Amino acid sequence: MPVPTGKPVPEPTPETKPVPYPTPETQPFWDGCAAGELRLQRCTDCGQAYFYPRPVCPACGSVNIEWFTASGQATLYSYVINHRPAPGFEAEAPYAIAVVELAEGPRMMTNLVGVPNTPEDLVLDMPLRVTFEPRGDVYLPMFTPAREGSAP
Amino acid sequence: MSGAPGVIIAGAAETDQVGRLPGHSTLALHLEAAVNAVRDAGLHLRDIDGIATVSSPGPVQVAHALGIVPRWIDGTGVGGTSFLLHVRHAAAAIRAGYARTVLVTHGESGRSRVGATPYRGAPSSPAGQFEAPYGTFGATTTFTIPALRYMKDFGLTHEQLAYVAVAQRRWAAKNPRAAYRDPITVDDVLASRMIAYPFHLLECCLVTDGGGALVVTSADRAGEFPKPAVHVVGTGESSETPLISQMADFTDSQAFRLAGRDAFAEAGIGPADVGHLMIYDAFAHVPIYGLEALGFVARGEAGAFIADGHTEPGGSLPLNTNGGGLSYTHTGMYGMFAILEAVRQVRGEAAAQVGPPDISVVLGNGGFFTTAGVLVLGRHPRP
Repeated sequence: MPVPTGKPVPEPTPETKPVPYPTPETQPFWDGCAAGELRLQRCTDCGQAYFYPRPVCPACGSVNIEWFTASGQATLYSYVINHRPAPGFEAEAPYAIAVVELAEGPRMMTNLVGVPNTPEDLVLDMPLRVTFEPRGDVYLPMFTPAREGSAP
Repeated sequence: MSGAPGVIIAGAAETDQVGRLPGHSTLALHLEAAVNAVRDAGLHLRDIDGIATVSSPGPVQVAHALGIVPRWIDGTGVGGTSFLLHVRHAAAAIRAGYARTVLVTHGESGRSRVGATPYRGAPSSPAGQFEAPYGTFGATTTFTIPALRYMKDFGLTHEQLAYVAVAQRRWAAKNPRAAYRDPITVDDVLASRMIAYPFHLLECCLVTDGGGALVVTSADRAGEFPKPAVHVVGTGESSETPLISQMADFTDSQAFRLAGRDAFAEAGIGPADVGHLMIYDAFAHVPIYGLEALGFVARGEAGAFIADGHTEPGGSLPLNTNGGGLSYTHTGMYGMFAILEAVRQVRGEAAAQVGPPDISVVLGNGGFFTTAGVLVLGRHPRP
Protein backbone atom coordinates (compact mmCIF):
# COMPACT_ATOMS: atom_id res chain seq x y z
CA MET A 1 0.00 0.00 0.00
CA PRO A 2 1.49 3.37 -0.90
CA VAL A 3 2.33 5.58 2.01
CA PRO A 4 1.30 9.20 1.45
CA THR A 5 4.23 11.55 1.72
CA GLY A 6 4.19 14.89 3.41
CA LYS A 7 1.22 14.05 5.61
CA PRO A 8 1.21 12.97 9.23
CA VAL A 9 0.05 9.47 10.05
CA PRO A 10 -3.33 9.94 11.75
CA GLU A 11 -3.32 8.93 15.39
CA PRO A 12 -6.22 7.15 17.05
CA THR A 13 -8.49 9.67 18.73
CA PRO A 14 -10.36 8.00 21.59
CA GLU A 15 -13.35 10.08 22.63
CA THR A 16 -13.77 8.52 26.02
CA LYS A 17 -11.61 8.75 29.10
CA PRO A 18 -8.93 6.07 29.44
CA VAL A 19 -9.99 2.97 31.35
CA PRO A 20 -7.29 1.11 33.29
CA TYR A 21 -6.68 -2.46 32.23
CA PRO A 22 -5.75 -4.51 35.32
CA THR A 23 -2.93 -7.02 35.22
CA PRO A 24 -2.74 -10.04 37.54
CA GLU A 25 -0.48 -8.22 40.00
CA THR A 26 -2.72 -5.14 40.12
CA GLN A 27 -6.09 -6.92 40.19
CA PRO A 28 -6.34 -6.89 44.03
CA PHE A 29 -5.98 -3.10 43.96
CA TRP A 30 -8.84 -2.72 41.50
CA ASP A 31 -10.94 -5.30 43.38
CA GLY A 32 -10.44 -3.13 46.46
CA CYS A 33 -11.57 0.00 44.65
CA ALA A 34 -14.74 -1.79 43.52
CA ALA A 35 -15.36 -2.71 47.19
CA GLY A 36 -14.80 0.88 48.33
CA GLU A 37 -11.39 0.19 49.83
CA LEU A 38 -7.97 1.62 48.96
CA ARG A 39 -5.72 -1.43 49.14
CA LEU A 40 -1.95 -1.10 49.22
CA GLN A 41 0.93 -3.52 49.48
CA ARG A 42 3.35 -3.80 52.36
CA CYS A 43 6.59 -5.75 52.72
CA THR A 44 6.38 -8.23 55.57
CA ASP A 45 10.16 -8.21 55.98
CA CYS A 46 10.96 -4.50 56.19
CA GLY A 47 7.48 -3.04 56.69
CA GLN A 48 7.64 -0.68 53.69
CA ALA A 49 4.23 0.26 52.29
CA TYR A 50 4.31 1.07 48.58
CA PHE A 51 2.37 1.90 45.45
CA TYR A 52 2.03 1.08 42.47
CA PRO A 53 1.28 -2.65 42.92
CA ARG A 54 4.17 -4.96 42.10
CA PRO A 55 5.54 -8.21 43.44
CA VAL A 56 8.90 -6.97 44.79
CA CYS A 57 9.52 -4.58 47.68
CA PRO A 58 11.30 -1.50 46.26
CA ALA A 59 12.96 -0.81 49.62
CA CYS A 60 14.58 -4.18 50.37
CA GLY A 61 13.97 -6.50 47.43
CA SER A 62 11.87 -8.95 49.38
CA VAL A 63 9.10 -10.87 47.64
CA ASN A 64 7.23 -11.36 50.91
CA ILE A 65 4.39 -8.95 50.30
CA GLU A 66 0.92 -8.55 51.83
CA TRP A 67 -2.09 -6.45 50.89
CA PHE A 68 -3.73 -4.21 53.48
CA THR A 69 -6.51 -1.64 53.45
CA ALA A 70 -5.22 1.90 53.75
CA SER A 71 -6.99 4.60 55.75
CA GLY A 72 -7.94 6.58 52.66
CA GLN A 73 -6.54 9.73 54.27
CA ALA A 74 -4.07 11.82 52.32
CA THR A 75 -2.68 15.31 51.86
CA LEU A 76 -2.23 17.30 48.65
CA TYR A 77 1.43 17.02 47.59
CA SER A 78 1.42 18.85 44.24
CA TYR A 79 -0.68 19.42 41.13
CA VAL A 80 -1.19 21.21 37.85
CA ILE A 81 -4.44 22.63 36.51
CA ASN A 82 -4.57 21.43 32.94
CA HIS A 83 -6.06 23.72 30.29
CA ARG A 84 -5.40 21.40 27.32
CA PRO A 85 -7.70 18.49 28.05
CA ALA A 86 -6.86 14.91 27.28
CA PRO A 87 -9.39 13.16 24.99
CA GLY A 88 -12.56 12.59 27.00
CA PHE A 89 -11.82 15.35 29.50
CA GLU A 90 -13.04 18.27 27.39
CA ALA A 91 -16.06 19.01 29.58
CA GLU A 92 -13.97 19.29 32.73
CA ALA A 93 -11.15 21.54 31.53
CA PRO A 94 -9.45 23.17 33.22
CA TYR A 95 -9.02 20.29 35.65
CA ALA A 96 -6.43 19.45 38.27
CA ILE A 97 -4.09 16.50 37.91
CA ALA A 98 -2.82 15.97 41.42
CA VAL A 99 -0.38 13.83 43.35
CA VAL A 100 -1.46 13.03 46.90
CA GLU A 101 0.57 11.64 49.77
CA LEU A 102 -1.29 8.87 51.54
CA ALA A 103 -1.21 8.72 55.35
CA GLU A 104 0.66 5.43 55.01
CA GLY A 105 3.45 7.13 53.00
CA PRO A 106 3.08 6.22 49.32
CA ARG A 107 1.99 8.81 46.79
CA MET A 108 -0.40 8.42 43.89
CA MET A 109 -1.80 10.47 41.04
CA THR A 110 -5.48 11.39 41.19
CA ASN A 111 -8.14 13.94 40.37
CA LEU A 112 -9.71 16.20 42.99
CA VAL A 113 -13.49 16.12 43.26
CA GLY A 114 -15.99 18.04 45.38
CA VAL A 115 -13.85 21.17 45.27
CA PRO A 116 -13.38 23.84 42.62
CA ASN A 117 -10.16 23.10 40.73
CA THR A 118 -8.63 26.55 41.20
CA PRO A 119 -5.32 27.64 42.73
CA GLU A 120 -7.25 29.39 45.50
CA ASP A 121 -9.19 26.28 46.47
CA LEU A 122 -6.37 23.78 46.09
CA VAL A 123 -3.82 24.49 48.80
CA LEU A 124 -0.83 22.21 49.12
CA ASP A 125 -0.90 19.94 52.18
CA MET A 126 -4.69 20.28 52.58
CA PRO A 127 -6.24 17.09 54.07
CA LEU A 128 -8.06 14.82 51.65
CA ARG A 129 -9.91 11.54 51.74
CA VAL A 130 -10.45 8.90 49.09
CA THR A 131 -13.67 8.38 47.19
CA PHE A 132 -14.34 6.07 44.26
CA GLU A 133 -15.85 6.86 40.89
CA PRO A 134 -16.87 4.38 38.19
CA ARG A 135 -14.87 4.35 34.94
CA GLY A 136 -15.71 1.64 32.44
CA ASP A 137 -15.70 -1.62 34.34
CA VAL A 138 -13.52 -0.43 37.21
CA TYR A 139 -13.71 2.14 40.00
CA LEU A 140 -11.04 4.85 40.16
CA PRO A 141 -9.76 6.30 43.41
CA MET A 142 -10.34 10.06 43.54
CA PHE A 143 -9.74 12.44 46.43
CA THR A 144 -11.93 15.08 48.02
CA PRO A 145 -11.32 17.54 50.85
CA ALA A 146 -11.57 15.89 54.27
CA ARG A 147 -13.81 17.71 56.70
CA GLU A 148 -12.26 18.48 60.08
CA GLY A 149 -13.06 15.82 62.65
CA SER A 150 -14.93 13.53 60.28
CA ALA A 151 -13.90 9.94 59.76
CA PRO A 152 -12.72 9.10 56.24
CA MET B 1 38.91 6.15 34.59
CA SER B 2 42.26 7.89 34.78
CA GLY B 3 44.56 6.55 32.10
CA ALA B 4 41.71 5.35 29.88
CA PRO B 5 42.17 6.35 26.25
CA GLY B 6 40.45 9.60 25.38
CA VAL B 7 37.40 10.02 23.19
CA ILE B 8 36.42 13.02 21.08
CA ILE B 9 33.49 14.39 19.14
CA ALA B 10 34.99 14.84 15.67
CA GLY B 11 31.87 15.76 13.73
CA ALA B 12 28.67 17.54 14.74
CA ALA B 13 25.83 19.01 12.73
CA GLU B 14 22.13 19.75 12.65
CA THR B 15 19.74 19.34 9.75
CA ASP B 16 19.98 22.16 7.21
CA GLN B 17 16.99 23.77 8.92
CA VAL B 18 15.11 23.29 12.16
CA GLY B 19 11.55 24.43 12.75
CA ARG B 20 8.62 23.44 10.58
CA LEU B 21 9.71 20.92 7.95
CA PRO B 22 6.65 19.11 6.55
CA GLY B 23 8.73 17.91 3.61
CA HIS B 24 10.90 15.70 5.84
CA SER B 25 9.95 12.43 7.47
CA THR B 26 11.47 11.50 10.82
CA LEU B 27 13.82 9.11 8.99
CA ALA B 28 14.82 11.75 6.45
CA LEU B 29 15.74 14.10 9.29
CA HIS B 30 18.05 11.42 10.75
CA LEU B 31 19.70 10.90 7.39
CA GLU B 32 20.20 14.57 6.58
CA ALA B 33 21.75 15.18 9.99
CA ALA B 34 23.96 12.10 9.63
CA VAL B 35 25.30 13.16 6.25
CA ASN B 36 25.97 16.67 7.58
CA ALA B 37 27.82 15.39 10.65
CA VAL B 38 29.98 12.93 8.72
CA ARG B 39 30.85 15.69 6.26
CA ASP B 40 31.63 18.02 9.19
CA ALA B 41 34.17 15.42 10.36
CA GLY B 42 35.70 15.24 6.90
CA LEU B 43 34.81 11.57 6.69
CA HIS B 44 32.75 9.31 4.44
CA LEU B 45 29.83 7.18 5.58
CA ARG B 46 31.92 4.06 4.88
CA ASP B 47 34.23 5.18 7.70
CA ILE B 48 31.43 4.68 10.25
CA ASP B 49 31.50 1.31 12.03
CA GLY B 50 29.20 1.99 14.98
CA ILE B 51 25.64 3.37 15.08
CA ALA B 52 23.52 4.69 17.92
CA THR B 53 20.06 6.21 17.96
CA VAL B 54 16.71 5.89 19.72
CA SER B 55 14.45 2.93 19.09
CA SER B 56 12.27 4.57 16.45
CA PRO B 57 13.23 4.50 13.60
CA GLY B 58 16.14 2.73 15.29
CA PRO B 59 19.81 2.11 14.64
CA VAL B 60 19.24 -0.74 12.19
CA GLN B 61 16.99 1.39 9.98
CA VAL B 62 19.29 4.40 10.09
CA ALA B 63 22.41 2.33 9.39
CA HIS B 64 20.79 0.49 6.52
CA ALA B 65 19.43 3.64 4.93
CA LEU B 66 22.92 5.16 4.97
CA GLY B 67 24.68 2.01 3.75
CA ILE B 68 26.50 1.62 7.06
CA VAL B 69 27.42 -1.92 8.15
CA PRO B 70 27.88 -1.61 11.91
CA ARG B 71 29.93 -3.79 14.18
CA TRP B 72 28.53 -1.98 17.22
CA ILE B 73 24.87 -0.97 17.76
CA ASP B 74 23.16 0.98 20.53
CA GLY B 75 19.40 1.52 20.49
CA THR B 76 19.04 3.05 23.94
CA GLY B 77 15.72 4.89 23.89
CA VAL B 78 15.05 6.55 27.21
CA GLY B 79 13.65 9.86 26.03
CA GLY B 80 15.29 13.12 25.08
CA THR B 81 18.52 12.46 26.94
CA SER B 82 19.19 9.25 24.98
CA PHE B 83 21.79 10.92 22.77
CA LEU B 84 23.91 11.84 25.79
CA LEU B 85 23.80 8.20 26.82
CA HIS B 86 24.72 7.17 23.27
CA VAL B 87 27.86 9.33 23.50
CA ARG B 88 28.69 7.77 26.86
CA HIS B 89 28.15 4.24 25.57
CA ALA B 90 30.07 5.01 22.39
CA ALA B 91 33.02 6.25 24.46
CA ALA B 92 33.09 2.94 26.31
CA ALA B 93 32.80 0.97 23.09
CA ILE B 94 35.62 2.91 21.45
CA ARG B 95 37.83 2.36 24.50
CA ALA B 96 36.99 -1.34 24.42
CA GLY B 97 37.79 -1.60 20.72
CA TYR B 98 34.25 -2.56 19.75
CA ALA B 99 34.04 0.34 17.31
CA ARG B 100 36.37 3.01 15.96
CA THR B 101 34.04 5.69 14.56
CA VAL B 102 30.50 5.92 15.93
CA LEU B 103 27.63 7.89 14.40
CA VAL B 104 24.89 9.10 16.79
CA THR B 105 21.76 10.41 15.08
CA HIS B 106 18.58 12.23 16.01
CA GLY B 107 15.66 13.17 13.80
CA GLU B 108 12.12 13.93 14.78
CA SER B 109 9.12 15.27 12.93
CA GLY B 110 7.78 16.49 16.25
CA ARG B 111 5.59 19.23 14.85
CA SER B 112 4.59 17.99 11.41
CA ARG B 113 4.44 14.32 12.55
CA VAL B 114 5.56 13.02 9.13
CA GLY B 115 6.52 9.37 9.41
CA ALA B 116 6.47 9.74 13.18
CA THR B 117 5.67 7.05 15.71
CA PRO B 118 2.26 7.67 17.33
CA TYR B 119 2.28 8.59 21.00
CA ARG B 120 0.47 5.88 22.90
CA GLY B 121 0.65 3.91 26.07
CA ALA B 122 -0.87 0.54 26.85
CA PRO B 123 -3.80 0.77 29.29
CA SER B 124 -2.25 -2.18 31.15
CA SER B 125 1.08 -0.40 31.77
CA PRO B 126 1.68 1.24 35.15
CA ALA B 127 1.15 4.65 33.54
CA GLY B 128 -1.94 3.38 31.71
CA GLN B 129 -3.49 2.12 34.94
CA PHE B 130 -2.39 4.75 37.44
CA GLU B 131 -1.82 8.03 35.59
CA ALA B 132 -3.57 8.21 32.19
CA PRO B 133 -7.04 7.72 33.73
CA TYR B 134 -6.60 11.08 35.49
CA GLY B 135 -6.30 13.00 32.25
CA THR B 136 -2.58 13.23 31.66
CA PHE B 137 -1.86 14.36 28.13
CA GLY B 138 1.84 14.49 27.40
CA ALA B 139 4.64 16.40 29.00
CA THR B 140 2.67 19.54 29.82
CA THR B 141 0.57 17.54 32.29
CA THR B 142 3.28 15.40 33.87
CA PHE B 143 6.71 17.02 33.74
CA THR B 144 5.11 20.11 35.25
CA ILE B 145 3.48 18.55 38.32
CA PRO B 146 6.46 18.78 40.71
CA ALA B 147 6.82 22.56 40.30
CA LEU B 148 4.14 23.73 42.74
CA ARG B 149 5.73 21.63 45.49
CA TYR B 150 9.08 23.27 44.79
CA MET B 151 7.45 26.72 44.79
CA LYS B 152 5.87 26.12 48.18
CA ASP B 153 8.91 24.51 49.81
CA PHE B 154 11.49 27.01 48.56
CA GLY B 155 9.48 30.17 47.91
CA LEU B 156 10.10 30.24 44.16
CA THR B 157 7.78 32.91 42.76
CA HIS B 158 5.74 32.88 39.56
CA GLU B 159 7.84 35.84 38.43
CA GLN B 160 11.11 33.93 38.97
CA LEU B 161 9.77 30.95 37.04
CA ALA B 162 8.74 33.26 34.21
CA TYR B 163 12.18 34.87 34.20
CA VAL B 164 13.77 31.61 33.05
CA ALA B 165 12.03 32.13 29.70
CA VAL B 166 13.06 35.81 29.62
CA ALA B 167 16.75 34.96 30.19
CA GLN B 168 16.78 32.33 27.49
CA ARG B 169 15.07 34.59 25.00
CA ARG B 170 18.01 36.99 25.43
CA TRP B 171 20.29 34.23 24.14
CA ALA B 172 17.89 33.33 21.34
CA ALA B 173 17.93 36.96 20.18
CA LYS B 174 21.57 36.39 19.19
CA ASN B 175 20.85 33.20 17.26
CA PRO B 176 19.49 33.56 13.70
CA ARG B 177 18.33 29.92 13.72
CA ALA B 178 16.23 30.32 16.87
CA ALA B 179 12.48 29.97 16.39
CA TYR B 180 11.67 32.91 18.68
CA ARG B 181 14.04 35.88 18.91
CA ASP B 182 11.93 38.88 19.96
CA PRO B 183 12.62 40.09 23.50
CA ILE B 184 10.03 39.22 26.14
CA THR B 185 9.35 40.41 29.68
CA VAL B 186 8.12 38.67 32.79
CA ASP B 187 4.76 40.34 32.21
CA ASP B 188 4.65 38.91 28.68
CA VAL B 189 5.28 35.42 30.05
CA LEU B 190 2.65 35.74 32.78
CA ALA B 191 0.15 37.14 30.27
CA SER B 192 0.63 34.26 27.82
CA ARG B 193 -2.01 31.56 27.66
CA MET B 194 -2.22 29.21 30.62
CA ILE B 195 -1.24 25.67 29.57
CA ALA B 196 -1.08 23.83 32.88
CA TYR B 197 -1.08 26.06 35.97
CA PRO B 198 1.43 27.26 37.04
CA PHE B 199 2.90 27.02 33.50
CA HIS B 200 2.04 29.57 30.81
CA LEU B 201 2.69 29.04 27.12
CA LEU B 202 6.04 30.86 27.18
CA GLU B 203 7.23 28.62 30.03
CA CYS B 204 6.75 25.53 27.82
CA CYS B 205 9.09 24.33 25.08
CA LEU B 206 8.44 24.62 21.39
CA VAL B 207 7.36 21.67 19.28
CA THR B 208 9.40 21.55 16.09
CA ASP B 209 10.91 19.35 13.39
CA GLY B 210 14.64 18.80 13.04
CA GLY B 211 17.60 16.57 13.62
CA GLY B 212 21.23 16.43 14.58
CA ALA B 213 24.11 13.98 14.59
CA LEU B 214 27.55 13.41 16.06
CA VAL B 215 30.66 11.50 15.04
CA VAL B 216 32.52 10.06 18.04
CA THR B 217 35.98 8.53 17.81
CA SER B 218 39.23 8.08 19.74
CA ALA B 219 41.28 11.09 20.83
CA ASP B 220 44.48 9.76 19.26
CA ARG B 221 42.96 10.87 15.95
CA ALA B 222 42.27 14.42 17.18
CA GLY B 223 44.43 16.10 14.54
CA GLU B 224 42.86 14.31 11.58
CA PHE B 225 39.63 16.31 11.32
CA PRO B 226 38.80 19.72 9.88
CA LYS B 227 37.23 21.08 13.09
CA PRO B 228 38.79 21.37 16.56
CA ALA B 229 38.33 18.19 18.58
CA VAL B 230 35.84 18.33 21.44
CA HIS B 231 37.02 15.98 24.17
CA VAL B 232 34.52 13.85 26.08
CA VAL B 233 36.13 14.16 29.50
CA GLY B 234 33.32 12.97 31.77
CA THR B 235 29.96 11.23 31.43
CA GLY B 236 27.13 10.06 33.67
CA GLU B 237 23.67 8.55 33.41
CA SER B 238 20.88 7.44 35.70
CA SER B 239 17.13 6.87 35.88
CA GLU B 240 14.54 7.37 38.57
CA THR B 241 10.93 6.56 37.72
CA PRO B 242 8.72 6.19 34.66
CA LEU B 243 5.81 7.66 36.66
CA ILE B 244 6.03 11.31 37.68
CA SER B 245 3.83 10.54 40.68
CA GLN B 246 6.54 8.25 42.04
CA MET B 247 9.42 10.75 41.88
CA ALA B 248 10.88 10.48 45.38
CA ASP B 249 11.26 14.21 46.05
CA PHE B 250 9.33 16.68 43.90
CA THR B 251 11.95 19.35 44.62
CA ASP B 252 15.04 17.39 43.58
CA SER B 253 15.87 15.14 40.62
CA GLN B 254 17.80 12.14 41.86
CA ALA B 255 18.67 11.16 38.28
CA PHE B 256 20.09 14.62 37.51
CA ARG B 257 22.16 14.51 40.69
CA LEU B 258 23.57 11.00 40.17
CA ALA B 259 24.40 11.50 36.49
CA GLY B 260 26.12 14.77 37.32
CA ARG B 261 28.09 13.28 40.19
CA ASP B 262 29.56 10.55 37.99
CA ALA B 263 30.34 12.90 35.10
CA PHE B 264 32.04 15.50 37.28
CA ALA B 265 34.03 12.81 39.13
CA GLU B 266 35.25 11.24 35.90
CA ALA B 267 36.26 14.64 34.54
CA GLY B 268 37.86 15.63 37.83
CA ILE B 269 36.01 18.96 37.84
CA GLY B 270 33.67 20.93 40.05
CA PRO B 271 31.05 23.56 39.19
CA ALA B 272 33.65 26.37 39.38
CA ASP B 273 35.49 24.83 36.41
CA VAL B 274 32.48 25.06 34.08
CA GLY B 275 32.48 27.93 31.58
CA HIS B 276 29.33 27.01 29.68
CA LEU B 277 26.27 25.00 30.58
CA MET B 278 23.35 23.42 28.76
CA ILE B 279 20.39 22.14 30.80
CA TYR B 280 17.56 20.50 28.88
CA ASP B 281 14.71 22.96 29.31
CA ALA B 282 11.47 21.33 28.31
CA PHE B 283 9.79 23.65 30.82
CA ALA B 284 10.98 26.67 32.76
CA HIS B 285 11.48 24.80 36.03
CA VAL B 286 13.92 22.24 34.62
CA PRO B 287 16.99 24.54 34.55
CA ILE B 288 16.22 25.41 38.18
CA TYR B 289 16.27 21.74 39.18
CA GLY B 290 19.37 21.17 37.05
CA LEU B 291 21.42 24.03 38.49
CA GLU B 292 20.79 22.71 41.98
CA ALA B 293 21.30 19.02 41.16
CA LEU B 294 24.67 19.75 39.56
CA GLY B 295 25.77 21.83 42.55
CA PHE B 296 26.04 25.23 40.85
CA VAL B 297 23.84 26.73 43.58
CA ALA B 298 22.40 25.48 46.86
CA ARG B 299 18.92 23.98 47.10
CA GLY B 300 16.27 26.61 46.64
CA GLU B 301 18.58 29.26 45.21
CA ALA B 302 18.39 28.66 41.45
CA GLY B 303 15.31 30.78 40.77
CA ALA B 304 16.93 33.86 42.29
CA PHE B 305 20.25 33.02 40.60
CA ILE B 306 18.62 33.11 37.16
CA ALA B 307 16.46 36.15 37.98
CA ASP B 308 19.59 38.01 39.08
CA GLY B 309 20.96 37.61 35.54
CA HIS B 310 23.78 35.15 36.17
CA THR B 311 22.84 32.81 33.32
CA GLU B 312 21.97 35.32 30.58
CA PRO B 313 24.30 37.16 28.18
CA GLY B 314 26.96 38.91 30.23
CA GLY B 315 26.36 36.68 33.26
CA SER B 316 28.89 34.51 35.08
CA LEU B 317 27.41 31.16 33.98
CA PRO B 318 26.17 31.17 30.37
CA LEU B 319 23.23 28.74 30.26
CA ASN B 320 21.29 27.46 27.24
CA THR B 321 23.04 29.82 24.87
CA ASN B 322 21.18 28.65 21.75
CA GLY B 323 17.92 29.85 23.36
CA GLY B 324 17.08 26.38 24.59
CA GLY B 325 13.97 24.31 24.11
CA LEU B 326 11.96 27.36 25.17
CA SER B 327 13.13 29.59 22.28
CA TYR B 328 15.50 27.77 19.92
CA THR B 329 13.94 24.46 18.93
CA HIS B 330 12.47 21.37 20.58
CA THR B 331 11.64 18.39 18.43
CA GLY B 332 10.49 16.22 21.32
CA MET B 333 13.86 14.66 22.16
CA TYR B 334 15.91 17.82 22.53
CA GLY B 335 19.09 16.34 24.05
CA MET B 336 20.93 16.22 20.74
CA PHE B 337 20.51 19.98 20.28
CA ALA B 338 21.90 20.64 23.75
CA ILE B 339 25.00 18.59 22.91
CA LEU B 340 25.40 20.33 19.55
CA GLU B 341 25.31 23.81 21.11
CA ALA B 342 27.95 22.74 23.64
CA VAL B 343 30.12 21.43 20.81
CA ARG B 344 29.75 24.70 18.91
CA GLN B 345 30.69 26.70 22.02
CA VAL B 346 33.79 24.58 22.73
CA ARG B 347 34.83 24.84 19.08
CA GLY B 348 34.24 28.58 19.10
CA GLU B 349 31.65 28.57 16.31
CA ALA B 350 28.37 29.29 18.16
CA ALA B 351 26.00 32.05 17.10
CA ALA B 352 26.13 33.52 20.61
CA GLN B 353 29.72 32.59 21.32
CA VAL B 354 30.86 32.89 24.93
CA GLY B 355 34.32 32.03 25.33
CA PRO B 356 35.27 29.69 24.06
CA PRO B 357 34.94 27.74 27.30
CA ASP B 358 37.53 25.18 28.37
CA ILE B 359 34.73 23.10 29.87
CA SER B 360 31.08 22.86 28.81
CA VAL B 361 28.58 20.68 30.65
CA VAL B 362 25.39 19.24 29.15
CA LEU B 363 22.56 17.91 31.35
CA GLY B 364 19.93 15.96 29.47
CA ASN B 365 16.51 14.91 30.69
CA GLY B 366 14.56 11.93 29.45
CA GLY B 367 10.83 11.57 29.91
CA PHE B 368 9.55 13.57 32.88
CA PHE B 369 12.46 13.58 35.34
CA THR B 370 12.60 9.90 34.27
CA THR B 371 16.18 9.58 33.08
CA ALA B 372 19.24 11.80 32.93
CA GLY B 373 22.55 12.00 31.15
CA VAL B 374 25.45 14.38 31.71
CA LEU B 375 28.40 15.07 29.42
CA VAL B 376 31.46 17.09 30.37
CA LEU B 377 33.04 18.35 27.15
CA GLY B 378 36.44 19.99 26.98
CA ARG B 379 38.71 21.87 24.62
CA HIS B 380 41.56 19.76 25.98
CA PRO B 381 41.95 16.10 26.96
CA ARG B 382 41.40 15.15 30.57
CA PRO B 383 44.71 15.85 32.35
